[in-house]
Amino acid sequence: MAEIDKVTQAILKYIDELGFRQEGAFNLRHNGAALCHGNSDHVKIVKKEDKQGIDVYIDGDTDGEQVHIPVVVDASGFTDRVYNDFHIEDGANVVIVAGCGIHNSGHADSRHDGIHSFYVGKGANVTYKENHYGEGEGDGARILNPVTRIFMEEDSVFTLDTSQIKGVDSTKRETEVSLGKNSRLFVVEKLMTHGKQTAESNMKVELNGSGSSAQIVSRSVAKESSSQIFHPAAVGNAKCNAHIQCDSIIMDEARVRSIPEIDARHLDAAIIHEAAIGRINDEQLVKLRTLGMTEEEAESVIIEAFLN
Amino acid sequence: MLKVENLSFSVMENGKRVNILSDISFQVDRGEMLVITGPNGGGKSTLAKVLMGIEKADSGRVFLDGQDITDMTIDERAEAGIGFAFQQPPRFKGMTVDRLISLAAGEKKSEAECCELLSRVGLCAQEYVKRQVDNTLSGGEMKRLEIATVLAKPHKLCIFDEPEAGIDLWSFSMLIQQFEEIKKDEDQSLILISHQERIMEMADRVMIIEEGRVAGIGKREDILPELIRQGPSCCAYLKRIEDKGEEGING
Repeated sequence: MAEIDKVTQAILKYIDELGFRQEGAFNLRHNGAALCHGNSDHVKIVKKEDKQGIDVYIDGDTDGEQVHIPVVVDASGFTDRVYNDFHIEDGANVVIVAGCGIHNSGHADSRHDGIHSFYVGKGANVTYKENHYGEGEGDGARILNPVTRIFMEEDSVFTLDTSQIKGVDSTKRETEVSLGKNSRLFVVEKLMTHGKQTAESNMKVELNGSGSSAQIVSRSVAKESSSQIFHPAAVGNAKCNAHIQCDSIIMDEARVRSIPEIDARHLDAAIIHEAAIGRINDEQLVKLRTLGMTEEEAESVIIEAFLN
Repeated sequence: MLKVENLSFSVMENGKRVNILSDISFQVDRGEMLVITGPNGGGKSTLAKVLMGIEKADSGRVFLDGQDITDMTIDERAEAGIGFAFQQPPRFKGMTVDRLISLAAGEKKSEAECCELLSRVGLCAQEYVKRQVDNTLSGGEMKRLEIATVLAKPHKLCIFDEPEAGIDLWSFSMLIQQFEEIKKDEDQSLILISHQERIMEMADRVMIIEEGRVAGIGKREDILPELIRQGPSCCAYLKRIEDKGEEGING
C-alpha cells in the first residue's frame, strides 16, 4: 500500500466525499504521476501510452461498485493536464468519484486541466462525483479547468454531481453531453466563490434520442468581489424533455451572470429554463434569528442549506 | 413574567408618520395564556413582532421576568426564552425538515424525535423528515412545521401569530391539544393572536387590539360572550363600557 503524505490525505477528505481507500479500483494522481492504483474484477484502469491520463474500463457486470480517481497537486507552479477516458459497458452500474485539490504554498500558479470523456453503454447507470478544492498559504493562484464530455447510448442514465465550494481562484468548466434514445441525464452543479475568484461554467446538452431527458440544476453563492458566469444550453433534436434551473445568491460586491439557453429543433421537444439571482431573503434570516442565531450564523446556515 | 409598558410603534408612509401601535400596556403572568384578537389591520401582528424584536418600538419598555429586554436583538430575545411562530413562515431552498427542527431545538434531533414532534402538529412524520422546506410543501404543511419549530424546545413565552390560518380542521384539533399541553406547564406562558373561538375559549385572558390601541383586556369569561354576541362591533362596545369603568373588562 502506497504511503500518502498528510497534505494529500487532508485534501482527499475534501475532494472524495465517499472516502478514498486503496482497494478495489482506484488511481491517485499526485503532481502529474500515479501515486497508487489498483483494479477490481470488473474495473480495469490502464495508463495511456500516447499522453498523460488513464483509460478506465468498466464491464457490464459492475453493479454499484465505486471507482476512486482523485487528483492532488501540491507543487507550486505545476501545471497538470490529463486525459481520462471511461469506457462503460452496456448494463454497468457504477459510481465514479473524481475531483481535484490543489495545495499551493508558493508564488507561482498551480493548475490542473482534467479532460474526461465518458462512453456510456446501453442501459448503463453512472454516477460521477467531482469535487474541486483549493488551499495553501501561497499567493500563487489555484486554477482548475475541467472538460467533461459524455456520450450516452440508449436507456442509459448519467448523474453528474459537481461541487466547488472553497479555495479555487479561477475555474473554467466545459461540459458537453450527447443523449441517445430514452437516456436520462441529471446534473447538479454547486459553486461558491469569494475574494476575487472567478468561475465560468459552459454546458451544452444535446438531446438527440427520442424520449431522452435532462434535468440540470445549478446552485451558486457569490461572495465579496468574486464573479460567476453560467451558460447551460439544452438542444432538443428529438422528442425530449429538459429542465434547466439556475439559482444564485449574490452577496457583497459580487457579480453573477446566468445565461440559460434552450434550443428546440423538434416539434416534440419540451424544454424549460428558470434562472434566479438574488440576495439572501430577509425573512429567512429573521426566522433563524428567532431560533437564537446571530445574523452571521443564520447567513451561514442558509448558504449551507442552499448548496446542500 | 412579560410586562409591556407604553409601547408605541410608527412607520413613515408617503412622508407622513403613521401610528401602528399607540401606548400599549399589558402583562402576561407565568403560565398564563393570553389571546390577542381584534379587527384586521389593527396592529396585532405588529405587536407580536415588536415583542420578538423583529420591529423596534419608538417608545415604551418590555420586561421578561423582570429583565428589561427592550434593547435586545431578535436572537438575544430568543436566548432569553421567547419562541415565535410566524403567520407566514418563510421557505428554505435546500433545508430539510429534520435540519430545521434540529436548528429550532438547538441540538441535533434524531429521526425518531423529529417524527414524534411532527406528528404532534398533524404531519405524517416519516414522509416529511427528509423533505425540503421549499415550495414543494403546501401552505398548511409549512404552517404546521412552523409551529413544530416552536414546540421543539421549551420557552418561557411562546408567541403564535394566527396559528390556525391555513390549517385543516383535523390538524387544528391537534393544534388545540398542543396549546393545552403548553398550558399545563406552569412555567410556560402563551400569547396567541387569533380570531378562532375555540382558541379564545382556552384563554385565561383576552386582549382586543383595535386601531393600534388596547380596546379591551380581561378575563375570557368577561370578554368572550360580548365578542361572540356582537362580532366586529364588540370593540366599540368594550370601549364604551371600559370608559364607563365597568368591572371585568380591564383585568
